[in-house]
Amino acid sequence: MSDKIIKNGRVVADDRLTVILAEGEAPADIAVPAGPVLVPLAVWQARRDELLARARSGDLGVWLAAGEDVAAIADDLGLLQVIGLHFPKFTDGRSYSAATLLRTRYGYQGELRAIGQVLRDQFNYMTRCGFDALQPPAGRYTDAQLEAAVVSIDDFTQPYQRSVQDPLPLFRRVERGTGREVQQ
Amino acid sequence: MYQYDEHDQRLLDERVAQFRDQMRRHLAGELPDDEFRPLRLQNGLYIQRHAPMFRISVPYGHLASRQLRRLAHLARSYDRGYAHFTTRTNVQFNWPKLEDVPEMLAELASVQMHANQTSGNCIRNITADPFAGVAADEVADPRPFAEILRQWATYNPEFAFLPRKFKIAFNSAAEDRVVLRVYDIGLDLVRNDAGELGFRVLVGGGLGRTPILGEEIKPFLPWQHLISYCEAILRVYNRWGRRDNLWKARIKILVKALGPEAFGREVEEEWANSKDGPNTITAAELARVSAHFAPPAYEALPAQDAAFDELLAGNKAFATWVKRNVRTHRQPGYASVVLSLKKTGTAPGDVTAEQMDAIADLAERFSFGEARMLHEQNVALADVRRAELFALWQAARAAGLATPNIGLLTDIICCPGGDFCSLANARSIPIADAIQRRFDDLDYQHDIGEIDLNISGCMNSCGHHHVGHIGILGVDKNDSEWYQVSIGGTQGNGTTLGKVIGPSFAQDEVVGVIEKLLETYVELRHEDERFIDTVQRVGTEPFKARVYADRQPQRKAAHV
Repeated sequence: MSDKIIKNGRVVADDRLTVILAEGEAPADIAVPAGPVLVPLAVWQARRDELLARARSGDLGVWLAAGEDVAAIADDLGLLQVIGLHFPKFTDGRSYSAATLLRTRYGYQGELRAIGQVLRDQFNYMTRCGFDALQPPAGRYTDAQLEAAVVSIDDFTQPYQRSVQDPLPLFRRVERGTGREVQQ
Repeated sequence: MYQYDEHDQRLLDERVAQFRDQMRRHLAGELPDDEFRPLRLQNGLYIQRHAPMFRISVPYGHLASRQLRRLAHLARSYDRGYAHFTTRTNVQFNWPKLEDVPEMLAELASVQMHANQTSGNCIRNITADPFAGVAADEVADPRPFAEILRQWATYNPEFAFLPRKFKIAFNSAAEDRVVLRVYDIGLDLVRNDAGELGFRVLVGGGLGRTPILGEEIKPFLPWQHLISYCEAILRVYNRWGRRDNLWKARIKILVKALGPEAFGREVEEEWANSKDGPNTITAAELARVSAHFAPPAYEALPAQDAAFDELLAGNKAFATWVKRNVRTHRQPGYASVVLSLKKTGTAPGDVTAEQMDAIADLAERFSFGEARMLHEQNVALADVRRAELFALWQAARAAGLATPNIGLLTDIICCPGGDFCSLANARSIPIADAIQRRFDDLDYQHDIGEIDLNISGCMNSCGHHHVGHIGILGVDKNDSEWYQVSIGGTQGNGTTLGKVIGPSFAQDEVVGVIEKLLETYVELRHEDERFIDTVQRVGTEPFKARVYADRQPQRKAAHV
């Protein structure tokens, strides 16, 4: 099974750990492992000064739960290199809006990683909402399946909507016809 | 009617390819049931009581003849020779094979049809006034806006996994013909004092377990901002709508919790960030889409036609049909016709492959090759020359589509119910059938006059029972089917929710209850008063008293 992720449309090895607060654990007390990590928003907020250097280097990123407001990290977007947005279920669509806001309203430029229930049939929508790193659950796909899944990113080549990926809606992006040419 | 360009067609073809691969992986065991389920739902595929159910979208109800013929072909090739027309202008097949659905989608795509987002927690099929472009009381044609919004909603990456389903409707006329206030977003096309076109925006309506009528959050939204404003509503909902409880996840619950004013402020705040941005609709785009809805090539005709008047005077059956099923048209010499799918003995909204072919032929011969679905589960031909009404009537009669009952007692709105639907608590078709058989006499129906009788087999309210003058709701009591009756609901401008008259009834009691309600009306009515007018004037008490008169002693006895 694969511990790889998709980054900018390519399957790559990845060893970033996602730190999860267990029940009863206090953000101020937990040990933050060395090496690349994503820490919960609460840990970042509690220990910002301590973690600042690791964040600047890209070693440490912050992940937000689906219900957490991206405005909470708005002031840190200049220094954070990696942000994770969590999908507790793949049918929970809140992180699509969070990603869109981070990329458009707040102008976040760093890595935006989808974590949690990240499945290939949502890769296209996730990418269009600004995720450039897609991390399926450990063990969900084999390496071969993940390689095969990359094509899902391009399920729709010229979508109708404006999105992070397509800053203009179709009617401003292309010259549209009258439709007569495909009438049967 | 909107014709796809290469971009529309490519997107749809890509969707078919996507779903074909998803089905392949599912059948190969790579895509488990729980992961496949939301994907198939967003392609219209349910797993139902007896078989899969496949729901096809008909945007704002418009069907071309070649599309109707393709539906007929699907009914014959993949189903049991018929389809069902729904209250949301969708078409349902009840007996397809799971593995055939990708091929059915490909067949549909070849005539610019699809099953996009007809289920699932996403933006569903958008509805509009069925008489758009021909109604005399129209402010402006809603179809270009409905099409522009359809494109925005289709495969929208941000709003595919909302807390719950999301339905949008456009009203565009003095008389509301779409039940605007029961929609998640209701867009009421209006002109401001300066004569500019825009929308009065309602939000938070919905039937279902907790019926709520939509409230206005913006009195006038200039049309250019339609997409950006709807996007702001959806974003607020997607972020903050409840996801912890299926029954409290619709936007109506969020709007009610915050209050319409506070919700409106949230939307305004969100909208301030995107207003006047790239989603602003350009005049060129509106013109491009509007060109698809240009009026057909009407002939210059006199308003009166002597031959038609003669036939009307000389043929009572024809005159009755004209009275019930023909509507005035803004173009002199033309009329709109409603073909009834409510013939006694047929489940309301069911239509055979032969009838779909017949409607296609009638549309081609009499109405510029287009038909329109009504949320009342009938089909309209919008642009018929008055001089050809007689010929149309004869042809429609031969196809079983000319029952002169539009707006009358047997023109029942009815969901498929427990005969097909796995959500249902009770069957609804046998109830509709029993009522139609009991009151089949046309003279009696015409004496009773206009009345909306709506039946839903469960709380999900696909049969719009809340807004029926008489509403019947199937409920489950100790594993048996019971029916709760309400009266006083209305659709249209003064949309109101009906009131339940009392304890529910067994299946074989329902017809008797309807009889008593009608008797009470006949006794109490003033001249020219419809059933609903009498209910509104005298209240529900006299009706209740009559219906439960014989039941009282029994219940008392039971307590002894």
